[in-house]
Amino acid sequence: MNFINLFKVAVRAIASNKFRSFLSMLGIIIGVGAVIVMMAIGQGSKNSIKETISSMGTNMIMIRPGGGMMGGIRMDPSAMQTLKVEDYEAILKDKYYVTYVSPQVTASGQVIYGANNASTTMYGESAEYLDINQRSVEDGEMFTEEDIKKAAKVCVVGKSVVDNLFPNGGDPVGKTIRFKSIPFRIIGVLKSKGYNAMGMDQDDLILAPYSTVMKRIQAQTYFNSINCSAISEEYSDDAIEELTQILRTTHKIKEGEEDNFSINSQQEIMETMNSTMDMVTLILVVAAAFSLLVAGIGIMNIMLVSVSERTKEIGLRMSVGATGLDISNQFLLESIMISLTGGILGVSFGWLLSTAASSLFGLPTSVPLWSVILSFIVCVIIGVGFGYFPARKAAQMDPIEALRYE
Amino acid sequence: MEDNRKVVIELQNVKRNFQVGSEVVHALRGVSFKIYEGEFVTIMGTSGSGKSTLLNQLGCLDTPTSGEYYLDGVSVRTMKRRQRAHLRNRKIGFVFQNYNLLPKTTALDNVVLPLMYNSEYSAKMRKEAAIEALKAVGLEDRMYHKSNQMSGGQMQRVAIARALVNNPAVILADEATGNLDTRTSYEVLVLFQKLHAQGRTIIFVTHNPEIAQYSSRNIVLRDGKVREDVQNPNIQSAAEALAKLPAPQDD
Repeated sequence: MNFINLFKVAVRAIASNKFRSFLSMLGIIIGVGAVIVMMAIGQGSKNSIKETISSMGTNMIMIRPGGGMMGGIRMDPSAMQTLKVEDYEAILKDKYYVTYVSPQVTASGQVIYGANNASTTMYGESAEYLDINQRSVEDGEMFTEEDIKKAAKVCVVGKSVVDNLFPNGGDPVGKTIRFKSIPFRIIGVLKSKGYNAMGMDQDDLILAPYSTVMKRIQAQTYFNSINCSAISEEYSDDAIEELTQILRTTHKIKEGEEDNFSINSQQEIMETMNSTMDMVTLILVVAAAFSLLVAGIGIMNIMLVSVSERTKEIGLRMSVGATGLDISNQFLLESIMISLTGGILGVSFGWLLSTAASSLFGLPTSVPLWSVILSFIVCVIIGVGFGYFPARKAAQMDPIEALRYE
Repeated sequence: MEDNRKVVIELQNVKRNFQVGSEVVHALRGVSFKIYEGEFVTIMGTSGSGKSTLLNQLGCLDTPTSGEYYLDGVSVRTMKRRQRAHLRNRKIGFVFQNYNLLPKTTALDNVVLPLMYNSEYSAKMRKEAAIEALKAVGLEDRMYHKSNQMSGGQMQRVAIARALVNNPAVILADEATGNLDTRTSYEVLVLFQKLHAQGRTIIFVTHNPEIAQYSSRNIVLRDGKVREDVQNPNIQSAAEALAKLPAPQDD
């Protein structure tokens, strides 16, 4: 029997048992739907991580004190104090693959203006912070080299800090706020950047000259980290190499000894996060895939019922000239169609669900095309795999027995 | 007896044994006969006489344990399942006692069925052939009725049309009137006689001795052997018998 005829026969068989066919499809619908939703969430999260990181600058490089944190073994507190002003100056002097450099000193605490207060983080930076992090000052201006030299008590604030301290509006530029009881004059307001993928408010911060934070607030002689930017993304590795050499020299680390600092590019961080995300997605998808296995068994079950219910029909078809192959193809196609129709409905269902999830709960989702194609392929495989046994059973029937079957 | 007619079916000492547990059952113990083109043969026998086994042999649903069976000159004994399916498709039309129509399917689609397994027929040719066959059984106005909307007699006529549609060498009827009332049985017999008159070869297996008088030849089986094989010189008309029946009562 040719394919078109087989197709018609299969459609008719499914249509004559609509409810039953639908029930056996339901397993596939739910299974495929679940897989699609999981993949959509996984892909969506990856996309939004990528977005966040590239909005932070894909060519960003972070230098942290301490070595490679081998399972948290390196516990010596002095190891965390290795990044000094000399390192910063050495980098400024010798950099080639690195464009911008900004040391970072952080301090958390209470900020007060009049009767309003909020807790926030102060970042001591150089002016190049803006270039590294792709930010800009909206009102007023950034502090200068001069401010850094003088350890001036000036700051640039984020929008959330402004909202917290000036709930009634008014121009914050020129006002003096107190951070950890030290007065700072606001000289600029950062352009808003919103929340990142990890849910961090990127506007809840105060920028000040690193020298000010080091001397006047933290009273420390080391940096928490140094952030740089490579000339471009492609030169990240060269920049890391260069920075490593500079720091090993200034730290006087001998050949064969381990670094007492660690350098990560944004690139690497993104890769790590992606592979974590991939792992989580994989686990979810595998769980969902098990439901597809169960759905396949459901199809096999219904096909076996269908074969034994239609024993007489099989006998008749054989008596008018159907070969075993014809019969087996008929049932195989029927199971593929149940499974594939279930797959199509499942993909639609999954797509609807992920769209709903992103519009109702703000979950970042994106249905990757390959997951749709993969679902269809898997459905065909399920149809063939679980339809094969019932189809073979039908094909091997003895026409005489089948005709006599009541 | 010199005979120039074409042989459609030839059995040579056909035996069929079945293994039932440790015992061997001899269903056919050496059956030989020839059936010529255009004959209307009834094969009779009580249950256990081997007539079902013989029918399965004639219909190429089974193969003999020994002996030879030639259908239209082709030896069936050594054929594989697949080849026999092909042979059934081209050479044989079955009519069953319980009609065996596809459920919830129109008369036309039922009749088309054998041609679905014949790649030489296009969809258009199939439909034309099916309409032709339905006309031959007088159901051209019921082509699109579904099998569950028809009476027993109508269903059996659809089944006969299905047996005709592939223009077979032989029509094999298995108790084709067994499920029908007297009047409808005669109607079906009238149809078989009409097909016989058109030159079709028909084999009608039945346990009902009355049917023999409407056929041209009668073979009686007993205990797996041919007991009697006689020509019927005086074929009765089923149409006349039908006319003599009391008019159907409307109630």
